[in-house]
Amino acid sequence: MTQQPMGETPGFGPDLAEVFGPSQQDGGPELVQLLTPEGERVHHPEFDHDFTAEELRGFYRDMVLTRRIDTEATALQRHGELGIWAQLLGQEAAQIGAGRALRPQDFVFPTYREHGVAWCRGVDPLRLLGLFRGVDQGGWDPNANNFGLYTIVIGAQTLHATGYAMGVQRDGDVGTGDPDRDTAVVAHFGDGASSQGDVNEAFIFAASYNAPVVFFCQNNQWAISEPIERQSRIPLYQRALGFGFPGVRVDGNDVLATYAVTQAALQRARDGQGPTLVEAYTYRMGAHTTTDDPTRYRLSGDVESWKLKDPIARVEVYLRRNGLVDEQFLSDIQAEAAELGHTLREGCKAMPDPQPLSMFDHVYEEQTPELQAQRDGYAAYLETFEGAR
Amino acid sequence: MSDTTQKITLAKGLNMGLRKAMEDDDKVLLMGEDVGKLGGVFRITDGLQKDFGEDRVIDSPLAESGIVGTAVGMAMRGYRPVVEIQFDGFVYPAYDQIVCQVAKIHYRSQGRVKMPIVIRIPFGGGIGAVEHHSESPEAQFAHTPGLKVVACSNPVDGYWMIQQAIACDDPVIFLEPKRQYHADKATLDETVTPEPLFTSRVVREGSDLTLLAYGPMVKTALKAAEAAAGEGRSIEVIDLRTLSPLDMAPVLESVRRTGRAVVTHEAHVNLGMGAELAARITEECFYSLEAPVLRVGGFDTPYPASRIEEDFLPDLDRVLDAVDRSWEF
Repeated sequence: MTQQPMGETPGFGPDLAEVFGPSQQDGGPELVQLLTPEGERVHHPEFDHDFTAEELRGFYRDMVLTRRIDTEATALQRHGELGIWAQLLGQEAAQIGAGRALRPQDFVFPTYREHGVAWCRGVDPLRLLGLFRGVDQGGWDPNANNFGLYTIVIGAQTLHATGYAMGVQRDGDVGTGDPDRDTAVVAHFGDGASSQGDVNEAFIFAASYNAPVVFFCQNNQWAISEPIERQSRIPLYQRALGFGFPGVRVDGNDVLATYAVTQAALQRARDGQGPTLVEAYTYRMGAHTTTDDPTRYRLSGDVESWKLKDPIARVEVYLRRNGLVDEQFLSDIQAEAAELGHTLREGCKAMPDPQPLSMFDHVYEEQTPELQAQRDGYAAYLETFEGAR
Repeated sequence: MSDTTQKITLAKGLNMGLRKAMEDDDKVLLMGEDVGKLGGVFRITDGLQKDFGEDRVIDSPLAESGIVGTAVGMAMRGYRPVVEIQFDGFVYPAYDQIVCQVAKIHYRSQGRVKMPIVIRIPFGGGIGAVEHHSESPEAQFAHTPGLKVVACSNPVDGYWMIQQAIACDDPVIFLEPKRQYHADKATLDETVTPEPLFTSRVVREGSDLTLLAYGPMVKTALKAAEAAAGEGRSIEVIDLRTLSPLDMAPVLESVRRTGRAVVTHEAHVNLGMGAELAARITEECFYSLEAPVLRVGGFDTPYPASRIEEDFLPDLDRVLDAVDRSWEF
């Protein structure tokens, strides 16, 4: 069933399609952009930001390396080394922009696709692969890099982020004016998750307590096979208004704009001004995961049109045109990417399977006697096999 | 009565226990619907917001998944949240957060992230309530690895067990028999050392049959044992107290002596705690048993309209009927 036009009904306010515009329009007039797809630097009245050449080169490097992690992991899945991989192709700018805007004390709650944000937080990319290889369910320490574990049930982590932010408030780490102390929390989620009750409850809790959390929605326009129109009649960022906090739509393929908007939203949170919804308008260039087949539900023409908005290409054009990089710099990054790919490939293949008895570890902080007995029983059973380990 | 003892109800015991836990550790937070000024619909948190402030006794929006989900984040920030689910039947909107998140985060993180969360649930029927206010969902949580599940049955246990649950670094589903909240008083001596949390307790000694109960059914079980004594049958009653993990040692020791066992709970019999207990007793005490382990519980219907809830709930006569049946084998 296709969506019906909204239209105006006497007594029920204006035609909402005219007020908000459709959810899937191409960015729309509210889209914050600082670097066009053609690599032209433009300015924005509220979210302008001066970037040093060093920062711009850094963004470029981050995005190239993140894409390499993604393509390498996809290849590893094709070679049978990973069971599945959730690709981020096309979303590099949204993730690097959001990731680089963080301060060390900020805390990130990711979905399962935030490989670029993980990179910014200093999580070893090899550790990300464990979950997808099936050797663990999250191989990094969330507290070492202030980067939570990947969350598979979509939207659940937005509540965790909100609760963490409520804890930050109780610690007094909001609005002190000390840049090394004031703390923001980021909840990542996607357009599909925006339909979940948990996400909407997180909006309500965050608004009610004015919690220092930034809801960062990467609207990549596809929830596996379902287009954004199935999740929303209006642009997602507009939803924030109904919950009582601001929403901003940023060009998620523009790393400069994503950085600037996220940085401003994080600062609002750290200053004690409460939550913000940032909708990073982007496009999932690849499949949902390596098990998905997008040719069954979307047109290749749509993908082609988004190739022209590639997040990395526009930064490269800008850097070259303004003489901020030379060929040596670019080839060095390509070499670094190749080395990273090699390291990931070899590291992944070398990851050992966990020992069977390790499944009994960490079910509880304080192991229960009955689970210990089950473990011991299985250990004894394994011992009965010839050549038992 | 000496200075260190006082007569308290279960509601008072829980209230005092929460207060003590909050005094002992300023990371303990309470959150739930109406827990602040109102003191909770059952008044368990009465007066606590006044004394500890709105930052530590938090009135939440009316969203159970939100309550449990934000508690996860608070725990990750180093707090020890104690959340109140207003009624048993309202826990299901939080089911995903409890089963997929609270129960698994410690495991998923290989022990790096602790989840010291207590989820208090007033449970069970017998209060003449409307639908969704009289449920016994304990088996659903006991079935979930990563959760610990306990049920208190009396005021003194309420006082100690809530403090022990809050001190526990694992997530605890804490079941409170709501019809006992204001029913009976017992004498609390705060100077005694309580038994560990995850232990069962013989509450009446006997030699002919072992009767297992927890939460609201402990009182019924004790009455049944008293009545049976009048007929010359000596029944041992065990208050299980912990449902996950089960503390089987006292149960097995008792059944090996008595040769007979009956389990009773308000929850539906099908795949309930009684089924698990019957299986374990049979595995461990097969040659001691004179009869199969029998179960007396709620029928496998939805909880009925309250005018007939006394027919749904196991009562003294139905428990005694099962005791009689044990001798028919």
